[in-house]
Amino acid sequence: MSTQTASSIFAKAPAPGLADPVHDAQSVFRSAMNALAQPGTVQQLDNLTLSPPAPLSVAATALVLTLCDYDTPLWLDPALATNETVKNYIRFHTAAPFVESPAEAAFALVSDVKLLPAIASFAAGNAEYPDRSTTIVLMVDELTEDDGITLKGPGIKTEKQFSIAPAPAMFWQQMQDNSTLYPLGIDIIFAGTNQVVGLPRSTKITGLEA
Amino acid sequence: MTERVETQGISDEHYNFAYLDEQTKRMIRRAILKGIAVPGYQVPFAAREMPMPYGWGTGGIQVTAAVIGKHDCLKMIDQGSDDTTNAVALRNFFVETTGVDTTTKTKDASIIQTRHRIPEETLTKDQVLVYQVPIPEPLRFLEPRETETRKMHALEEYGLMHVKLYEDIAKFGHIATAYAYPVMVQDRYVMDPSPTPKFDNPKMDQMEALQLFGAGREKRIYAIPPHTKVVSLDFEDHPFEVTKFDQPCAICGAEEVYLDEVILDDDGNRMFVCSDSDFCEERREAGHVGHLGTNPLEAEGND
Repeated sequence: MSTQTASSIFAKAPAPGLADPVHDAQSVFRSAMNALAQPGTVQQLDNLTLSPPAPLSVAATALVLTLCDYDTPLWLDPALATNETVKNYIRFHTAAPFVESPAEAAFALVSDVKLLPAIASFAAGNAEYPDRSTTIVLMVDELTEDDGITLKGPGIKTEKQFSIAPAPAMFWQQMQDNSTLYPLGIDIIFAGTNQVVGLPRSTKITGLEA
Repeated sequence: MTERVETQGISDEHYNFAYLDEQTKRMIRRAILKGIAVPGYQVPFAAREMPMPYGWGTGGIQVTAAVIGKHDCLKMIDQGSDDTTNAVALRNFFVETTGVDTTTKTKDASIIQTRHRIPEETLTKDQVLVYQVPIPEPLRFLEPRETETRKMHALEEYGLMHVKLYEDIAKFGHIATAYAYPVMVQDRYVMDPSPTPKFDNPKMDQMEALQLFGAGREKRIYAIPPHTKVVSLDFEDHPFEVTKFDQPCAICGAEEVYLDEVILDDDGNRMFVCSDSDFCEERREAGHVGHLGTNPLEAEGND
């Protein structure tokens, strides 16, 4: 113990979380709430001073710090699950238990859409408790409104075009299947660099061919 | 009463912002997100004891406390009015614990917490309407067991509710349910709109604002996102009808609004006035006058 200098302890310490835990979390939550209430509409996050360990983005980290705690089993994609710096950071700031199986997760943090397992492997809830499902925080490079697939449903006046990049071929197909399970299914919150977009299970997806 | 009240700064540093601790807010926020994802489904949540009795809006204030931020402007109404006991008490609660701006003007508010009314003015997409709900389960008086009602929602088995409405028709010749009139949300869940008068039901359909419902004692949160289909249950030969009033507001002359009956004296004189106090005030400021004039107590026949 005595051989450790202060600087070596700080070197191992996780990076800071939200600068203002109360009000930052509130503003991030409002963005997430508006995101799910208006699917396909890009919600800008307020300026946050967050320096999460790579490969986590500010938006994805802010969502995890805002929504996760010891009550929420968290599933990490294989790249994150083997990244001790990321795990220490999340463990230190949220105390969320990590789970191996996607079906046990209340939240899933996915750093790259290519690392997303079959969406059907996550918890979809059950008929009596459709809320016992996984919410996926999915990091993407780009979120674009008014282009791509067509969204319809609660929160959307008529219809809304939306696309993400990168988007593997099977992703939208799987999300389309997910919405047929309604009221069961998973919900996704896409996290860009500093934006979020919600895609709840209630949203119907068409226009995949385009 | 119409002035926007400036109350910057938290007046009591002993409480966390908005009273609740952060873990509780996270738990409520997660329930709200699930509620939005499944419109009309009642999400169980671990409601806390609040510093007021059940029935005073403990569910509504927990939802508001989880949503509110320091830049919000809060409007609090009780039966449409900004100045009745419940509204004043809960508004002061948030002024003390958050220091946010409050207003009585519907269009200035970013969050409106309501007890049993929807404002007459059309709400916009940047507003959140929070309802205080006493009994969230529309089937509860038909089936007391939670295990059974949960199964009925799971199976979309709502025949019993239609039987109840039909019994109204058999007894009274029309559907006599006047408040807490059940609605079908997005063709899936039957939902209790809280004891709002059925007059307000059509406003919920395709509303631009997000609607959040909190029931503290019953520990349920549910939601209706903007632009969601909300249909009042009815029959082809007995379609849903909103309450009609045979006279306009006595002091502002408004028609097609929800009116409260006010007894004026011991002789049974009465008047009907807007239940939405802000709406009525705005109309009177704009120069509208009802048949009892600006001060009904001085009107003819009321001395």
